[in-house]
This record gives sequence, structure tokens and C-alpha cells, in this order.
Amino acid sequence: MIFEVFRQEKKGQPFTHAGSVVAPDAAFADAWAREQYGRRGESEALWLVPRDAVHQVTEWADEFDLKYRRVDGYSIKERLRIARERAGTTPA
Amino acid sequence: MSARAQRLLELADDELILGWRDSEWTGIAPTLEEDVAFSSIAQNEIGHARALYELAAAELGSDADALAFDRRPDEYRCAQLVELHLMDWARTIARRYLYEEADRIRIAALKAGDDAELAGLAAKIDREETYHRLHAEMWAARLRDEPRFRDALEELWPYALGVLEPDQRAELARRTGLRVESTDIVERGPHSPELAELWDEMTEVRRSVPGATW
Amino acid sequence: MDARTEAFLAYVQGGGQVEATDWLPDSYRQKLVKFIEMHGNSELMGVLPEREWILRAPTLQRKLALTAKVQDEVGHAQLIYRVAEDLGKPRDQMLADLISGKSKFHNVFHYPTATWGDVGVIAWLVDAAAIISQKALLKCSYAPYARIMKKICWEESFHILHGRDVILAMVTGTDAQRELVQEALDRWWGPLMQFHGNPIPRDEDPMFIWRIKSQGNEEARQQFLEGYVPQIWELGLTVPDPNLRRGDDGVWSYSEPDWDELRSVVTGHGPRSQDRLAFRARYLEQEKWVRETVLAA
Repeated sequence: MIFEVFRQEKKGQPFTHAGSVVAPDAAFADAWAREQYGRRGESEALWLVPRDAVHQVTEWADEFDLKYRRVDGYSIKERLRIARERAGTTPA
Repeated sequence: MSARAQRLLELADDELILGWRDSEWTGIAPTLEEDVAFSSIAQNEIGHARALYELAAAELGSDADALAFDRRPDEYRCAQLVELHLMDWARTIARRYLYEEADRIRIAALKAGDDAELAGLAAKIDREETYHRLHAEMWAARLRDEPRFRDALEELWPYALGVLEPDQRAELARRTGLRVESTDIVERGPHSPELAELWDEMTEVRRSVPGATW
Repeated sequence: MDARTEAFLAYVQGGGQVEATDWLPDSYRQKLVKFIEMHGNSELMGVLPEREWILRAPTLQRKLALTAKVQDEVGHAQLIYRVAEDLGKPRDQMLADLISGKSKFHNVFHYPTATWGDVGVIAWLVDAAAIISQKALLKCSYAPYARIMKKICWEESFHILHGRDVILAMVTGTDAQRELVQEALDRWWGPLMQFHGNPIPRDEDPMFIWRIKSQGNEEARQQFLEGYVPQIWELGLTVPDPNLRRGDDGVWSYSEPDWDELRSVVTGHGPRSQDRLAFRARYLEQEKWVRETVLAA
């Protein structure tokens, strides 16, 4: 079985994918991953996940304009300029 | 030499020689993943040996390297179990398993003993050995029904008993399910010819320029 | 080259990276697997010259450090083979091809290690040559390989320092110790100069074209010379090449390496090629039962 190894470097940080080990079960995966990814004390924690349990998502429908959900969908510069002019608060 | 120093050397020599034997698997273990893990075990053992030699060195006016390398083979106090040259996996794992079980008993006694300094070191060693035990148990469980492994346990059992004091042996038998009676125990004291061969190789570079700094 | 492959080539040449689940042109995939496999093989075979000295290390500290270094190399082999496995080549097939000579490993691991001097020279200079090649893989177009290189480079940095420490202890020690270092250096210089391969222009090097590597062979060699010859000379050691010098333009010139020797060695005719492969084959065969009966999930 292939176990994917996710590694947390320091407390508070996200777990990131670090590699994989080939092992017959979780006990062997534990014994082996802890040395391969932690023998220098370089990992705070590891998550070991059988590859089969990982469900990958790689495709997205991207048909319509989704900018209204993002910061780059908004341009307030011109309206702000007009509003300041009206209020007499245009910066010097 | 005090009884304490002798005891320290027994413990240190066991760990050094076993660590040396285990390090022989670096690069040739059955799988790459196991190779990495097994090498850590070997390094830990040598680390334990070093710490024990340092305690002995303080008493004997020496240093850890001198104790580890500069004695004659007949001056080492290791049990014969660790001296055996076992370059097949079944016997290597059988030895790991038996040694860890024996060592567990020995360490528990040291932790509970009167010697505070040694008890403290034993506790540190114990925390690292937790992982050695998990590793040995994991393999022993997997190989339980494998004839090579069962034969290896039988073969090494008399040597394993020799690692411990007589009053600790019944406990080892209880833990492993193997029998003490009718066993020809290979006692600590005399050495196998394999130790002298190991020593020759282990000290080759060191002896080539005596007294040098490396 | 078909349009899809052309687009892929343009993409990687523009700095794009791909993952295991992306479409890969056959020509790219084949070259990639072969390159990665040779790298994995080299880490695995590199263990053998060094493990003899683990057993003979003259102090506890050196024994621990050398064991840890060799352990790292096994770990690197595991990381590298996993990448090739995920590209479709099973581990046991790679090991079989290594043993049979169908696949190759780097020249330096075909030579004997004669003394403790070799231990220092290998850790310091062979690992230095290797780390230069490995840094050139950090931006590999194949992302899974690029990612493992980060861990590998990080670990190699301790190897070089350990190697330099071993060398420094000897050159500041007795004359006999110093002589061990010089003698080892004299023997290793040739293979070191051959290590980065013959200087085909990078635009003719498929590994560069597909951005598997980010530098050509000669660039790597120049980096090695620039970084390490000054370190060698400052210890009062000599390099056995009377033509070795740094030009005013910063380019090092040197005697032509023996490319015939390189070719002969990597095709399995090095002084220790066959017995090391046989040693590895012996243990693989002996412990086959472990893999078959016990590691099946």
C-alpha cells in the first residue's frame, strides 16, 4: 500500500504533502514515515493517509464570470473620485 | 574496577556491539523504507553506548572513545548475543526482538535502582527504546508464523537469556513465551571468535595512527 | 513532433511544471524515467563504497555521522524511486534493471574506497559535485521530482560539512593522516572531473531542452571548480592536474577528462562495478521472502 505523508513543520502551520512510503499497514507506515520525515526532529507531526483514501479534485467549470466573488471584480477608483469632489474632500 | 564501572561497561558494550552489528544492514535491508528506520535504531544504540561510556569514563579517568575502541577484545563485557554475525533478516529481527525484551527488563530495574545518575540515563534510553520495541513487535507479529523466524528465536534464546542476570530470566521467559528450563544458557563472560573479528575491523582505522585525532 | 507535444515543450521551456496526473508526451516520460531511475540507482549504489567505513570509523562521533549520511542516501533512493514508481515503473523492476546492467549509475560509485581519506574526500567533494547537479533539479519541469529535491539538497548540506570536518581533522593531524587525504584526492580527481558528463552544449542536451535540468554539464563542472578548488588549495593540498587554472574571465581550464574511462565505467566496467552489483543482488535475492510474504498488504 502507498501511504501519503503530510507533514507539519511547526505548531500552527498547515500540514503539507511531503512524499509517500510503501508499507503493508498503518503500523509499518508509522515506523517508517517517522524516520524518513522526522529523524532530525524536523517535523512537529505527520498525517499518514492511504493513497486510496485521497480523493483528488482537479477540474472546474469555468464558464461564467465569477469576478463578483473576488477583489479583482471591483473598481471603485472613479466613483470614489466623483464622491470626494462632491463632498469637497478631494485630497490636496 | 568498581562493580558500578563493570556494570556500565556491560551495558555500554552490549549497545555498542549490537549497534555495530545493526549498522551492517545500512544499505541492504529488505526494503528502502525499513533500511532508513533500521539505521536509526543502530544509531540510537551507539548513542546509548556513548552516554554509558561517558558515565564509566568519569569514574575510570578515560573517555568514551578510548573505552569503546582501545580495550582488547577480551576486556569487553558484552553478552554473546550481540556479537553474533547474523546477516539474514529472520535472525536479525529475532535478535532485535529478544534483545529489546531483555533490555526492557534490565532498564526497568535500573530506573527503579539506587543509582540516580544511571536511573536518569536509563529513563532517557527507555524513552527512545519505546520505538525500538514498537519496531521489533511489529516485525515479530508479522513473522510469527514464518518458520525461519521461529527457528531463529529458538536458536538465539540461550544467548538472549545470557544478556540478563539470573533473577531476571523468568520474566523474559514469561514475556516471550519461551522456556528457561532445559536451556543451555550462553552466559556473559566468555566471548565468541566473532567478537575478535569484529574488533579487528572496528578498530582498523583507529589503530593505523594511534593517538591521532580524527 | 505533433502539436500537443510542441505545446507541452513550449510550456515547460516557459517555466511551466507538470504533475503525475497531467498528460506527458511519451518522449518526455521516457527520458524522465530514465534520468530519475539513474539518480535513484546512484544513491543506492553510493551506499556501498561508504558502508564499509561505517564499520571502521575511528570515533563514535564519526561512526554516527557516517551512518547518518549513508542513511540519508538510502532515504534519497526511496524518495527518488517513489517518483519513478508513480510514473509507472515498479520498484522491483528498477532494482532488476540495475542488477542486470540495463540501467546505469553514476561513475563515482564504481570506484574503490581504499582509506579513511576516501571517506573525507567523498563526503566533501563527491557530495559537493552531486549537490550542484541536484540544485539544478530544484526547478525541474516535473514537479514531483522538483519537490523531493528540496529535502535532498537540505540533507546533503550536512554531508558536505561533515566531509570537510573529516578532512580538516586529518590535514591538521599527523603527516600520515595528511598524506591519506592527498593520496585519496589524487585518485578521486579524475572521476570527479568526469562526474558532470561530457560538455555537450545545453541546447543539445535533452535534459535541458525539456527543462528536467536547468543547467548544462559544463556549467555544473565550472560551478564545482569555482566553489571547491579554492577550498582544496587553501588547505595546501594539490590537485593532480598541472593545467588546472582559473582564467581572468572566471572560466576554469583543465586537462581534458578521460571520456573513454567514463563511458567504460558507467557501462559496468569500473573497478568495483560488478562486485558491488553482485553484493546488492545477493541481498535482494536473500531477502526476497521478506518482501513477498510479509510486505504484501
